[in-house]
Amino acid sequence: MKKIKSLKKINWAAFIILMIGSLAMIFPFAWMILSSFKTVADVYTYPPKWIPSSWKLDNYAKVFDMIPFGRYYLNSIYTSLMQTLLQLALSICGAYAIVFLDFPGRRKLVTLIRSTMFVPMVVTLVPLYLIVSKLKGVDTYAGIILPQVFSAFTIFLLVSFFTSIPKDLCDSAKLDGCGCYRILWNVVLPNAKASISTAALFAFLGHWKSYTWPLIITNKDKYRTLPIGMKYLVQESSSEYQVMMAAAVMAIVPVLIVFVLFEKQLVKSITLTGMKS
Amino acid sequence: MRKPDNINRKIILGRIYETQQLSAAVVFLVPVLIAVVMLFIIPVLQVVGYSFTSFNMNTGKGSWVGLSNFKYLIEDELFWKSLRNTVCFAGLKLVFDTLLALVIALMLDTRLPLRKYLRSSFFAPVVVPMVASSLIWIWFFDPGVGPFNQILNFLGLPSLQWLYSEKTSLASILLFSIWKGVGYNVMLFLTGLQNIPDSYLEAAKVDGATSWQSLIHIKLPLLRPIMNFVVMIGIINTFKVFAEINVMTPKGGPLYSTALAVNYIYEQAFTRGKMGRGCAAAICLFIIIFILTQIQARMNASKTVDYD
Repeated sequence: MKKIKSLKKINWAAFIILMIGSLAMIFPFAWMILSSFKTVADVYTYPPKWIPSSWKLDNYAKVFDMIPFGRYYLNSIYTSLMQTLLQLALSICGAYAIVFLDFPGRRKLVTLIRSTMFVPMVVTLVPLYLIVSKLKGVDTYAGIILPQVFSAFTIFLLVSFFTSIPKDLCDSAKLDGCGCYRILWNVVLPNAKASISTAALFAFLGHWKSYTWPLIITNKDKYRTLPIGMKYLVQESSSEYQVMMAAAVMAIVPVLIVFVLFEKQLVKSITLTGMKS
Repeated sequence: MRKPDNINRKIILGRIYETQQLSAAVVFLVPVLIAVVMLFIIPVLQVVGYSFTSFNMNTGKGSWVGLSNFKYLIEDELFWKSLRNTVCFAGLKLVFDTLLALVIALMLDTRLPLRKYLRSSFFAPVVVPMVASSLIWIWFFDPGVGPFNQILNFLGLPSLQWLYSEKTSLASILLFSIWKGVGYNVMLFLTGLQNIPDSYLEAAKVDGATSWQSLIHIKLPLLRPIMNFVVMIGIINTFKVFAEINVMTPKGGPLYSTALAVNYIYEQAFTRGKMGRGCAAAICLFIIIFILTQIQARMNASKTVDYD
């Protein structure tokens, strides 16, 4: 009898096409890293060089001379961290109430939260700016952070995580006399620890690249975040590409490292929000 | 026999709720509701209000002007140009992002060497910050020292002006945008494909279906819900594209060729300070997004299949 083929044949045609595609996807990163070491002469010779002539860190030093890069970096870390923490706290509250509590208007609340996904920030940009500036929030960290803490995506991501926690666990905690707060703190959170850190990572990466809001709400260098600072670097550096690449390396490489370490979790959070809607 | 318990209950609108849960719900939901009211409900109402005024950012004053902001927009050639650019950009991006991602995902769903690496490489640009990656591509597009023209010349093709020509500027940003975004859809489609039970495909194979037939009759129909999500999110996201345009072509590109609706709103409201006019334009954009997502939802409501 013929043996049953358990494995499909390797699809070489697809492999070659995908290989070419993936080289195209990776090429910009390779170019960025190589070019961040180039000298001005390397950039402007013809035909252009692909490999830098030396491996000095001059361009990296120059980024810090041209713009207060360290300040921007710290601002970005601080605002992204705070946004992530507040967003998680808010989303845990919302998701816990939606999944585990019984109250009138539950469905209406879900619809309300879902409908905020259809209002992009650009629509509410002007009123938000005016509200924040009336509250003296222009050029403050609170002004950057608070308007960005609500995310329907994070709430629904946590909802889908929370629904996978067995209801029995909560019921038996309840029989033992646990109140709602203790159930959240002692049962739900410990069981969703891994999922919540996934959501945190996802939210952090989103905040790390946030652009439009920090752009309009900051005028002073002191409060600018990294993406805004880099936009001004483009104007300041007048085509000193090698310096721009050094700045890009410093903004991108940490993210790529996080990506390589946590790819599985990131993919999971993207697909979960996609499947559940 | 029902055990007596000491849980307090309350009846609201004919349904029984536990008081303890009700009070917890209030505590948990107050912050959420404050955020929704402050960040969505009030601003949405205000954007409508401001659109009928001449509110100016620099003076902080404005008066009721009725529909004249909308009249200005209808007569403004640049507004129409930004809308045409947006529709063009969004339409092409949606088509490319969806089809390309579908093809890539279908290929990734076969048996391949280095499969994990291939998958990651398509996904990597998605997580990387937009502005930082725009910087790389600004160089790519440089007509003098950019690698793209070098490659074109190597292939014996004429150089392009990329971001610096009215004809190619928006297409250049589209190219960047596809590189940046296609991986997101690839992941969604790939997960969808992997969720299709092998037994369906085996059964089809036993019945003599070719791989093309099983693609058309099994895989695509089952991917439909994900396709809906991809298109819905795609509409919302492509209509709010701003960062890459603002970084790569700060003034809207040659002859305003890369200005999209959001750039127009930003320019009116924050560069020129005409906030009333900016709000009117924002409402127009919102209405367009709303109509498109509604059409999309209606079109798909009847077509979803469920084989279970």
